[in-house]
Amino acid sequence: MLALSSLTARPITGKNIMAKKVLIVDDEQNIVISLEFLMQRAGYEVAIARNGEDALEVVGQFRPDLVLLDVMMPKINGFDVCQKIRDNPDLQDTKVIMLTAKGREVEVAKGMALGANSYVIKPFSTRELVAEVQRVLEEE
Amino acid sequence: MMLQGGIILLFSLAYIGFLFAIAYYSDKRSDAGRSVISNPYIYALSLAVYCTAWTFYGSVGRAASTGIGFMPIYLGPTLMVALWYLVMRKIIRISKINRITSIADFISSRYGKSSSLAGLVTIIAVVGIIPYISLQLDGVSTSFDVMWQHSELAGAIPPPGTAAILGDTSFYVALLLATFAIIFGTRHLDTTERHEGLVAAIAFESVIKLVAFLVVGVYVTFILFNGFGDIFGQAFQKPELRDLFTMKNAGTYTDWTWLMFLSMMAIMFLPRQFQMTVVENVNENHLDKASWLLPLYLLVINIFVLPIALGGLLLFPSGAVDADTFVLTIPISQGQEEVAMLAFIGGLSAATGMVIVATVSLSTMVSNELVMPLLLHFGPLRLSERRDLGGVLLTIRRCTIILVLMLGYCYFRLTGNAYTLVSIGLISFAAVAQFAPAIFGGIYWKTGNHLGAIVGLSAGFVVWTYTLFLPSLAESGYLSPSFIESGPFGITLLKPYALFGLAGLSPITHSLFWSMLVNAGGYMILSLVGQQSLMEHSQAAQFVDVYKRTQENDFRLWRSTSSVTVLRSILEQFLSRIRVDEALNDYAKKHGLDWSKDDVADAALINYAERLLAGSVGSASARVLLASAVKEEPVSMDEVMYMLDETSKVIAYSRELEIKSKELEQATSELRAANEQLKEVDRLKDDFISTVTHELRTPLTSIRAFSEILHDNPDLDVEQRSKFMAIILKENERLTRLINNVLDLSKIESGKMEWHLTAVDLKEVIEDALATLEQVIKEENIELETALAEHVSLTVTDRDRITQVMLNLLSNAIKFCDSQAGWIMVQLKEQDYTLSVAVSDNGPGIKPENQEIIFEKFRQVGDTLTEKPQGTGLGLPICRQIITYFGGDLRVNSIPGHGATFFFTLPVVSPTEAEADKEPNYASPIFANGKTNNR
Repeated sequence: MLALSSLTARPITGKNIMAKKVLIVDDEQNIVISLEFLMQRAGYEVAIARNGEDALEVVGQFRPDLVLLDVMMPKINGFDVCQKIRDNPDLQDTKVIMLTAKGREVEVAKGMALGANSYVIKPFSTRELVAEVQRVLEEE
Repeated sequence: MMLQGGIILLFSLAYIGFLFAIAYYSDKRSDAGRSVISNPYIYALSLAVYCTAWTFYGSVGRAASTGIGFMPIYLGPTLMVALWYLVMRKIIRISKINRITSIADFISSRYGKSSSLAGLVTIIAVVGIIPYISLQLDGVSTSFDVMWQHSELAGAIPPPGTAAILGDTSFYVALLLATFAIIFGTRHLDTTERHEGLVAAIAFESVIKLVAFLVVGVYVTFILFNGFGDIFGQAFQKPELRDLFTMKNAGTYTDWTWLMFLSMMAIMFLPRQFQMTVVENVNENHLDKASWLLPLYLLVINIFVLPIALGGLLLFPSGAVDADTFVLTIPISQGQEEVAMLAFIGGLSAATGMVIVATVSLSTMVSNELVMPLLLHFGPLRLSERRDLGGVLLTIRRCTIILVLMLGYCYFRLTGNAYTLVSIGLISFAAVAQFAPAIFGGIYWKTGNHLGAIVGLSAGFVVWTYTLFLPSLAESGYLSPSFIESGPFGITLLKPYALFGLAGLSPITHSLFWSMLVNAGGYMILSLVGQQSLMEHSQAAQFVDVYKRTQENDFRLWRSTSSVTVLRSILEQFLSRIRVDEALNDYAKKHGLDWSKDDVADAALINYAERLLAGSVGSASARVLLASAVKEEPVSMDEVMYMLDETSKVIAYSRELEIKSKELEQATSELRAANEQLKEVDRLKDDFISTVTHELRTPLTSIRAFSEILHDNPDLDVEQRSKFMAIILKENERLTRLINNVLDLSKIESGKMEWHLTAVDLKEVIEDALATLEQVIKEENIELETALAEHVSLTVTDRDRITQVMLNLLSNAIKFCDSQAGWIMVQLKEQDYTLSVAVSDNGPGIKPENQEIIFEKFRQVGDTLTEKPQGTGLGLPICRQIITYFGGDLRVNSIPGHGATFFFTLPVVSPTEAEADKEPNYASPIFANGKTNNR
């Protein structure tokens, strides 16, 4: 299910001409809602995927600059999605921030090893998350 | 005229009759328990059987040609006796324990009670001793001839052996000695190994021959001449006699060394010496006195050898008189008939003593080690079934005595007078020296084995035969003299006196060198290379370590079931009834048994019987006899090993270790399994905590995110604000529910749940639950159908928990039923004391492979790809735990696409129990179906 929604976001003048694109991947409805709100508020163009399969499909069409990727999803989990993105030469510039409720170091290490740019542990501070997204996007 | 033939014969017979009386008397004393021979002096005198016609006549002959060359034969024993405390004591101890009957028995017993080895030793002994017997015949018959023809002394004595057999003195002498030996050696029906009367007679003979020789010596030295100085002085005057005072003719030092070695072996291993020293020994301690008495005897009997020899040479300068006969011819020539007669009797004593003991020991060997084993092996004779085997044994022995003497006679006839007495005797010495490696090795070297002994003995015997025995026949002309001169078929390397070019040694030294080389060499090499049988191993240990063992911990190689009756009958075949009774009663007394009650012969008794029998027929035959008659249970490998104590300990240890290590292995694998289980439990717990953490973080994430959004964005419109607030509240509820569920589950699982038991009407519970959810069902437009039995029995349960189960099942049904046309049905039935409740929906259903998984923790099964199922993932697991706790069952029936039916059962209680159940807080509910719950 593809939900390209910028309608709910309030446009921020002067910043949306070259708005960066963020793909949100999570199977928790309420978390998706909060992330969508936060990214739109930060002036990004947002797309949403509710599971790993959708995410891989959307990533090809939507060409996000950054993917907020939940790890614990049924079927294809976040690690697999990250791996697939990194394996695709067309998506080399796509940034990935992993979101997980399992804050173990091993998991962080695994995500980073798979080529994630950053890791954010749930529950997160909304301000820090937005700042982290911005930081990663500005990385070269 | 004193020296008429008849008188000589009469004297001889009278003397023999007297000896017989002595033997008879001492046997009687022995039976009465007052043994005459049980004293060290008699023992020492009986050992002087070493001095035979060889000593009595031959030493003088030897001295007449070699001066002191006769001496090594007496120096050797003197040296050897000094070592007896070490060697002979051990042999005696071993022989007593094993009831050894002969030297053949001794050797065979050491090497595993081998019949073949016993036979070989017997053959060597018989063949080896034949020259020695012939020597005695020679000595005695010559002495007869000398006495007989004393009147013609000046003339030459017709050489013995030249007359026809009927006129041949030596033939009659042989017959006479055979009769004598039979009378003495085989008088008893009891064929035991010891002969008291014989020993007494032999000891007496030793006295006679010593006295006779001393009388002649004193007569020659002090009466005929004026003492030693006079004889030596006169002899020294004669140039041809002067050399006798030097070592010139006495033989080389090499020869002396070998002769001393030879006689050292002879004093131990000549069958008659072994018989007297070992077999007839009464008390081991007698050896101490004999150790100096025997050398003393040898010294005394040799004092006058040189004077008599020199006196004879001075008296008969022509050389016409054989020096071997000086002891007789000197007194006769001087008309001293009494002295001559005494000397004759002394010579007779020396010869008869040797012949009797030698033939007795040889006949024992032949009967025990050759004939009996053969007879026992030939089944058709049914020998073991005959009653009077003692008689058979005696007959065999008597025949053997005659046979041995006849062989001696034949040898005597064959060799004629080509040899001096001494050189004939040395051939026999060399034969018995072959026993040395096997015996010394046997008592000091545990590794020495049967094969080594057989090969060593055989090789030594073959070399002896080739280098001494055959040439002795050749020199007398019965084999071609070229055999000695140039070797068989002209092969010089095989010349019997210079084998492989080893020339320049005397025949005796040469033969000893080669035979000892192959004998000892073969014995050692094969012993080192070969293996020992178990029997051999045990015998070897017993022989070598004889001082370490007492008779009690003797090896018990018998493992039997036999009766005393059977044993008795076997023993009585060889021993007199009285002796058997005596022996068995002794045993019974010692072991506190009563034969009238106990008829079971244990291993110890059979062992005892074996030794008893060994004393009669030798150890090899005894074993065969008992083995054939006693039903021996097969001795298992394990048991034999057990008997070999060192080995057995090792075995026991290793077996224990094996068991221990098996146990350890088992314990280890059990521990490993337990550890795996613990790890699994640990892993499950880890997973659970990790999952719970995740499940807690998820609502917390939403709550925190929206709280922050609301806080940071005061400009949000009311609609958005209230939407976010609703999410926060909903996630809050979810969090609470989750925490409650986790707590419930951990309480149930750890057994800490508090159950409030009451008698519950399930219909009421269902109706309450439906009422709670009535609003939701209406809102969702779900069609509700109920089929509840009018009246159902009560069940004992926790009402709140069952309500929880009902609500959970109904909530799931509401959640999963068709979103457009939802339908739910609730049923309640009672059948066979069982209440059953079913909740059906028309949702997507559950695949068969997932129908059990949904009851596991956190294993929700999402049926859509996009929507994660709501809920904690703990609801159904908790429901199942509750139902199971109350003795019921919770399951699901579903066909995918056609909805699902969750149903559970609960047992009912009987009315009386139900009445009681109405009272709250009762413990340990008893259910109608008989199940008892222990919680």
